[in-house]
Amino acid sequence: MKRIIQTLVLIVLPLGVQAELDIFACEPEWAALANEIGGTEVNTYSATTALQDPHYIQARPSLIARVRNADLVICSGAQLEIGWLPALLRKANNRDVLPGTNGYLEASAHVLRLDATGDVDRSKGDIHPQGNPHIQTDPHNIAAVASALHRQLALLDPENAATYESGFVDFSERWKKAISGWEERAAVLRGTRVITHHKSWVYLEQWLGLEELANLEAVPGLPPTAAHLSRLTSRFSDGGADVIIYSPYQDSKAAEWLSTRTAITAVVLPLTVGGTDRATDLFSLFDDIIDRLLGATGNE
Amino acid sequence: MRIDFLKAATLVLLSICSSGVLAQDSEISLLRASLTELRSEYDARITDLENRLAIAEQNALQANYTAQQAVTAPVNNAAGGDGNSAFNPAIGLIFQGQAWNYSQSPEAHLIPGFPLGGEAGPVAEGIGLGEIELIMNANVDDKFSAWLTAALAMEDGESVVEIEEAWVEATALPAGFGAKFGRFFSGIGYLNGKHSHSWDFADQPLPYQAFLANQYIDNGVQVRWLAPTNLYMEFGGELMQGDRYPSAGSAHSGAGSYSAFANFGGDVGTNNSWLAGISYLDATAIGRPSGDEDEPLLFSGESRLATAQFVWKWAPDGNWKNRNLTVQAEYLMRRERGEYSSTSLAPTAYDVDQDGWYLQAVYQPIPRWRVGGRIDALSSDDPGVAFDGTLLATPASDPQRFSFMADWSNSEFSRLRLQFTRDESGFIDGNHWGLQYIHSIGAHGAHSF
Repeated sequence: MKRIIQTLVLIVLPLGVQAELDIFACEPEWAALANEIGGTEVNTYSATTALQDPHYIQARPSLIARVRNADLVICSGAQLEIGWLPALLRKANNRDVLPGTNGYLEASAHVLRLDATGDVDRSKGDIHPQGNPHIQTDPHNIAAVASALHRQLALLDPENAATYESGFVDFSERWKKAISGWEERAAVLRGTRVITHHKSWVYLEQWLGLEELANLEAVPGLPPTAAHLSRLTSRFSDGGADVIIYSPYQDSKAAEWLSTRTAITAVVLPLTVGGTDRATDLFSLFDDIIDRLLGATGNE
Repeated sequence: MRIDFLKAATLVLLSICSSGVLAQDSEISLLRASLTELRSEYDARITDLENRLAIAEQNALQANYTAQQAVTAPVNNAAGGDGNSAFNPAIGLIFQGQAWNYSQSPEAHLIPGFPLGGEAGPVAEGIGLGEIELIMNANVDDKFSAWLTAALAMEDGESVVEIEEAWVEATALPAGFGAKFGRFFSGIGYLNGKHSHSWDFADQPLPYQAFLANQYIDNGVQVRWLAPTNLYMEFGGELMQGDRYPSAGSAHSGAGSYSAFANFGGDVGTNNSWLAGISYLDATAIGRPSGDEDEPLLFSGESRLATAQFVWKWAPDGNWKNRNLTVQAEYLMRRERGEYSSTSLAPTAYDVDQDGWYLQAVYQPIPRWRVGGRIDALSSDDPGVAFDGTLLATPASDPQRFSFMADWSNSEFSRLRLQFTRDESGFIDGNHWGLQYIHSIGAHGAHSF
């Protein structure tokens, strides 16, 4: 009996009772960033994986339980998680992580969001009036969020403020070096003309000077239609674009379909940590994105 | 800065001069040390400058961001003119129309042994407008939020507005507690709390129709507590006025029913997640009408309901958008003890156990399309010969139905559905075909699991 109780206690107790801060990250990139800065002082949990479309997540009981126990909720925001995060927050009964508290960090509020629009009409698809939420594809944005995150960690856990500060400084230095390495290697990509499945890559495009010509989705957020794909086929039948980009959670069929009919190379790029075998942390994420782009454009 | 340059210049000069002579080893190492010191000093300064630059960049970014907000702000203000509209609640409208074809008239549709209460039962034949849900919600302040769902409908040629939900929620309770008061869907069962626009079939399964008049909504207070565990464990209870089916007449000085519920859930790998729960509802009824509207059966007594429910959801890699499957089942058990009467039935003691269940599966093979199947059934003890010839008499065979549906959603805001039901729940078996649309505009809240 005692054994059974012990086992039960082990099952139901939060795994991170020893860690100082429980961090609930909506997306893997923010969990990875929190690990970089917080190290052993934080216990991170990512609500989604790189193989899941973060717009469409079920407000699962497991996620509610994690939000209930979280000290900090960090999410991309800009309505990326509007279909599920509010349900989690409503059911989790955790007043310390509600928007407006120190326990809530909206990552995209700390960067300059692109494509913000006052022209809000759902006939234009799944648009985000506050701007494009996929901010993690520009490493400069990650740096800005790192700065905000380490300040917020210090607010929540003042005793370890020095640890978060040094974690941040250490990460920032390594990150800065890495960025200049990536920028050097990706210089040849400037002007590359891309077609993307969804508008997931606008920040990468701005960073590396890529030119987005079209999307596989006729309307943002809705699956590619045959009619739209055949329009793209005739438009790009003589080339005119260099590479088709899609993400691991998107069905590869549309990209491959267009690729075989236009001879434009299709490449899957990890949108976040875990998207490919190689992208195991934030550094290898961008290593892989750039190597794959270089490979797809014949710049290896 | 200038002093450092002087220092550097002196050092450089020194090193040039010293190179001319045969410098001692110690001198060289001294010079090296000075150079190293200088270099590290410069490195530190450069790092410092870089940090300051980074902060300046960050500030510029913030300024940009603020500017960006300022740019969008006028757009928002334009709608309200005076800026007060910035505090408007989120507003959403959901249109749900249905058209049904029945092989026998739905007016004649009765489930023997289970006189239906409230709005339960088939919708009218032919084309109908259905209900339009108007939803408004917002935070009241830092400790409360409020929600209103009004149902707009046409009944007998007249427009009616019904307050479906109107509740205030305490959002700042400590230690995993949550509380809600006002009018709301009871937390019992699984389907009871689901808005009709998120149902997978156009109608509720038989046990919900028979035992809860589709859904138990009442005025009251609800308290929920979430255990601080990684396994989802939710416990809750409610005290309600007792004015709506299965209760009636606001018994016990206007606190005629209470409930308790417990829910558990978790994930199995990344592909699967589950939710299981049990609940109990104790409702007191005083003169509760059911069955025929013009000559209703009136029940006074206790209605006790217990439920057990299980939901399993699957999606490859947990990526819900492309492919997914939901399997759900609920078992409901009811005991009613009291007396029934009607214009043609003298008050007669009634003490009967009944139960019902449904099992359904909904599969999305490709984005936009879903197909589903459902079986639902009821069973009842014999109330006795006193009820022979009334709707309460037990049927020869247990009521059951088989339903199939296929729906298409252009986006998460629009859905068109076709449903077929083989109905073996009434006196005559029937086949029903239904078409339904569910379209929403405006703000749309996140759906629960």
